[in-house]
Amino acid sequence: MDYGTFFLIASMEGAVQAAVLALTALGLSLVFGVMRVVNVAHGEFYMLGAVIAYWVSSQISGSPLLGFMAALILSPLLVGVLAAVADRLILKRLNYDPEATIVATIGLLYILQQAALTLHGPVPTAVAAPFDFYVRFPGFGYSGYKLFVIVACIALMLGTWFLLAKTRIGLVMRATQYDRETAQAFGIPVDRVYAGVFALGAALAAIAAVLIVPTQQAYYLMGGDPLLLSFIVVIIGGLGSLRGTVVAAILIGMSDGIISTLFEPTLAKMIATALVALVLVFRPTGLFGTVAR
Amino acid sequence: MTDQGPKSTTQKKQFSRRDTLKTVAAGGLAAAALPLAGRFNQAHSAEPIRIGFQAHRTGIGAAYGRWYERTTMAAAQLINDGGGINGRPVEIVTEDDGTDPKRGAEVVEKFAIQHKTDIVFGTLFSHVVIGSAPRAGELKIPYFVVSEGHHVASGKLNRYVLQPGITDVKSQVSSMAPWVSGNLGKKVTMIFPDFAFGHDHRDYFSAAMAAQGGEVIEKIAIPPTETNFFKYFPRIPKETEVLYHVMVGPGVLTFVKEMGQFFGGDRPEIFGFIDSLEAVDLASPGLEALEGTYFWEAFPRYAQNDGSNPHDAFYREKVGVDANGASLNDPKDISTYSHMFGCWETLHIIKQGMEAAGYQGPDDRAKLIEAVESFTEFPESQAHPQGMKTFNGKTHQAFGIQNISKVNEGKLGVVHRTSIEDSLYEPEVDYTQMPL
Repeated sequence: MDYGTFFLIASMEGAVQAAVLALTALGLSLVFGVMRVVNVAHGEFYMLGAVIAYWVSSQISGSPLLGFMAALILSPLLVGVLAAVADRLILKRLNYDPEATIVATIGLLYILQQAALTLHGPVPTAVAAPFDFYVRFPGFGYSGYKLFVIVACIALMLGTWFLLAKTRIGLVMRATQYDRETAQAFGIPVDRVYAGVFALGAALAAIAAVLIVPTQQAYYLMGGDPLLLSFIVVIIGGLGSLRGTVVAAILIGMSDGIISTLFEPTLAKMIATALVALVLVFRPTGLFGTVAR
Repeated sequence: MTDQGPKSTTQKKQFSRRDTLKTVAAGGLAAAALPLAGRFNQAHSAEPIRIGFQAHRTGIGAAYGRWYERTTMAAAQLINDGGGINGRPVEIVTEDDGTDPKRGAEVVEKFAIQHKTDIVFGTLFSHVVIGSAPRAGELKIPYFVVSEGHHVASGKLNRYVLQPGITDVKSQVSSMAPWVSGNLGKKVTMIFPDFAFGHDHRDYFSAAMAAQGGEVIEKIAIPPTETNFFKYFPRIPKETEVLYHVMVGPGVLTFVKEMGQFFGGDRPEIFGFIDSLEAVDLASPGLEALEGTYFWEAFPRYAQNDGSNPHDAFYREKVGVDANGASLNDPKDISTYSHMFGCWETLHIIKQGMEAAGYQGPDDRAKLIEAVESFTEFPESQAHPQGMKTFNGKTHQAFGIQNISKVNEGKLGVVHRTSIEDSLYEPEVDYTQMPL
């Protein structure tokens, strides 16, 4: 296989990875930015997104497109509701104390994972892609669906940006992030904003999973890798900085795709982890982070 | 062993974990020297024989674990219907090891000390076997694995570990290599999981291929937890004549799908181990690209109806599998047909061994090992439906017939059968020289 083709495959794999990672990490970053909560259970919301996508699409007979569309709407919705409930039942009662919420979300991680194991079972299940379409390149074929995933992720990220930057909801979120107490003094229902942000963060992970699961399989242990990579991305990009998250996701996703293809996946993980260490030593706030208030 | 003997009395009520450990560690021979122990066993001779089943219920081996469990239960049922072992019923005690070596060792200990099972049985994944075997050896509890790894016959483990019911990777690949090099091509690229089992494939197939004048030109190792495989395929060299694949873990369906996608119509010859497809429906969308490729099978998933396996129909009915290798209850629930028969056959060998040893209880564990070591042959029968096997008591390993099947119209059909002789190799260890 010539070098050009090799590089083309590597870049496409990297782009898919970067797109999905950006969406997943955006959720983690948003939750940290607004709520100052390090959500260790983020990967499990991703996993739930995929498992629910399997259930929804297997309930709907007929075309896989219909099942996929239903999953794309229902899965983030259900995961979001679950996250909001978790916020009300757990995080709120801990007063969003940074250390306590880390421990609590670790607990949540295990609860969600074991619940998925009990209800969904230990065996990975396949979700049909909404369409079967292969792009033939010289020397290899590539799934058209994966190219669609890249486009869909970009669209969703633009939508999230629009929500945060241009709407009243976004304004309220940003105000709460900027100064919680003043926001409350101005009549912003901070409690509801928190529940909403936690739900939105989880829903972003879920929607990323719905998009990627037709190229993988729904599996109760699938939350580990996205969690680790999201943390890497959020730390490199700067905790709470959405712009940093997207830039870091592209950096990590693309380098992971390219290094895994040209060399070894383990090397890609090693480099990403080394990058985190370097960022923490030389620029602890991350590439785009600001000093925490 | 014997220096601990006098301290341990199986009669005494065990108060602490340490006492219990000592008792078990003292082992069969030492305890057999105590006259009281014999009486104890006789008094309990109607008690069930307890077999600890180390199952991969969760983790990356779950698809196999589910079918290993079904097969084990079916075999135990059959043995019990036929009067049990030495007139005693068989009771299967199942513990999940999460397909995790560390948990595996703990489960062995739990069987020996807490459940007080007579033996431990049924482990598949090689890293779990390698992690658990030393503990079984220390506790002197017979550990019958159904794993395929070469680790038993290589001498890496100990005298208490046996693999009499399934053949090992080294013998499988040695018998495949002549056919692959003679019919498919000489330049091979291998894709295998990056742990003990995959390394057996890598090492022994490369060697067997070299012996045939062939060559493995690229070796691509993939972690068994991987979920995205596409990025590995560009590393397959253009001059590859045969792509050899063997994959396990939660991503196997994705693996074969993406492999098909990658090649499209323009592919080298593809020879895979059915492991890449175990528990996967060959009719899954995206697997059309496997048409015309070849697979190793130990026991053909699709009933062949050519008289080659006279006991296949009986076995299928008992384990609840239809002629397409799927569950009778759910045609989408595909079995791990080329592996799970190992549980069935191993349980029957345990029965045969316990009867030959006059097994009464844990004190006779050493006798059981010696009895099984003395076996040389298991003729094809209802107890051995996959086919006749020979057994090497020194290496603790069975040898049998292997099949090569071709995917034709979405089904696997056998195109070549090896003989047992094709799969033999020089013994690398003599476990019988090790103390019991």
